[in-house]
Amino acid sequence: MNLTRVGAIVVRQFYLMRSSPTRVVPLFAWVAIDIVLWGFIARYLDGATKGGPNFVTSLLGAVLLWDFFTRIMHGLITAFLEDVWSRNFLNVFATPLTITEYVAGLVVTSVLTSLVGLVAMLALAGGVFGLPFATYGAAFVPFISILFLFGIALGIFASACVLRFGPAAEWLAWPLPALLSPFAAVFYPLSVLPSWMQWIAHAMPPAYAFENMRAIVAGNAASPGGLAIGLALAVGYIALAFAFFVRIHKSAVRSGLLARYSAESAG
Amino acid sequence: MSEAPDDAAPLVLSVERLRKTYGDTAAVEDVSFAVRRHELVGLLGPNGAGKTTTINMVLGVLEPSAGSIAIDGIDLARDRARALARTNFAAVYAPLPGNLTVLQNLRFFGRIYAVDALESRIERLLERFRIAQFRHTKCGLLSSGEQTRVSLAKALLNDPTLLLLDEPTASLDPATAQDLREAIRAIARETNGGILWTSHNMYEVEEVCDRVLFLSHGRILLEGDPRELPAQHGAASLEELFIRVAREPLDFNTGVR
Repeated sequence: MNLTRVGAIVVRQFYLMRSSPTRVVPLFAWVAIDIVLWGFIARYLDGATKGGPNFVTSLLGAVLLWDFFTRIMHGLITAFLEDVWSRNFLNVFATPLTITEYVAGLVVTSVLTSLVGLVAMLALAGGVFGLPFATYGAAFVPFISILFLFGIALGIFASACVLRFGPAAEWLAWPLPALLSPFAAVFYPLSVLPSWMQWIAHAMPPAYAFENMRAIVAGNAASPGGLAIGLALAVGYIALAFAFFVRIHKSAVRSGLLARYSAESAG
Repeated sequence: MSEAPDDAAPLVLSVERLRKTYGDTAAVEDVSFAVRRHELVGLLGPNGAGKTTTINMVLGVLEPSAGSIAIDGIDLARDRARALARTNFAAVYAPLPGNLTVLQNLRFFGRIYAVDALESRIERLLERFRIAQFRHTKCGLLSSGEQTRVSLAKALLNDPTLLLLDEPTASLDPATAQDLREAIRAIARETNGGILWTSHNMYEVEEVCDRVLFLSHGRILLEGDPRELPAQHGAASLEELFIRVAREPLDFNTGVR
């Protein structure tokens, strides 16, 4: 892998952001608004249910982690869509750039842009609403890692779908995290789901992060086995998503879709 | 026309029995040709003849159904990245991202091609194509002629052995097109590469190209010196020959692949 080429994809995104506040503001604005909204809701619920569960730690913590996951996924698909919006596929793919280098560039871009959102959320949730991160202890690292890795996998998968079905498919890509959220058990324990949904949830890495987060908030220990399964699943999904992207790209090169991408169909 | 290319000059592009089919329809059928170092070859033909399909296959963005492509002796199918590192292109239908400035675009693509001493290379190209004053202008704000010059600067970033130009003068006014033709002729003379050029302007093809290939219905029907071909086939001009090839391709089925 040529790191200069990977860096090129990242630098391109930096150029775009430097000259465009409309690209920078969404990195932190929407997640910050979410934290403020849910922070006040959690504070209200804590006051209304004295002696009940700690909503700031459970509810606001869940919102923060879920928003981080969403930002990672959106960060990757946005970087990919920049090439769609500027009709740049021919220029980019008729170069020595490999698919691995291209996707690696999108991932690094997503990590950097998502960190901006994470810092904003941590500052607001901790500083304004007193979210006690120490409660999660060392388990915070696997929580973030699982959501980060699965966000990358979902972003690569969504990018492959846009490559396959054309620019209009971005409208299917944006709400993908919301589509998965009922199965990820962000705000409720897995046990409240019907059994068929629980089966699906067990295949969802975020469910392991949120189940363990709730266990810690309830005063129990995190399950290392559960977190390990979540991490392994997330890594597996990245491999599957990348293989899917490579397959779609090869198919697009074979069918002529890549060369005539804006036409949306090679048929 | 560039200096007469040496027949023994090394091949920068070798296309062998290239074929591309979509279902039962053949877009390119059994096409073979080569481009030598310092040679400027015109790929001519009516709309839908298979020119852009051929160029897309050489650029690695379209997989051939059969045949092989070697760039500077490197098989494109086997060693794509190394072959494409020696290639570059400019096409009227592939403008550089309009939301990046000229400098940002050249830096981005310069990194993609892993160009050594990138900043000085960019400065030389900005001067060469007289676009230095636009370095901080977004490409989308430039005129067609300026955008074409920026695309050419990008196409020369990696000093390509094979330069592909797909209708580079389309949509340019005659004066700008003339400047561009001179620049491209100079590139063929001064660099170590060869150029494959498509155009619908027979005047400029006659003026610029060392050799032309007439493509129709995905096949090469004629090949030769653009200044000699019309007389050889009883046509008054290259334009008349083009029209006859486009309208009556069967009359020219000479067995050239």
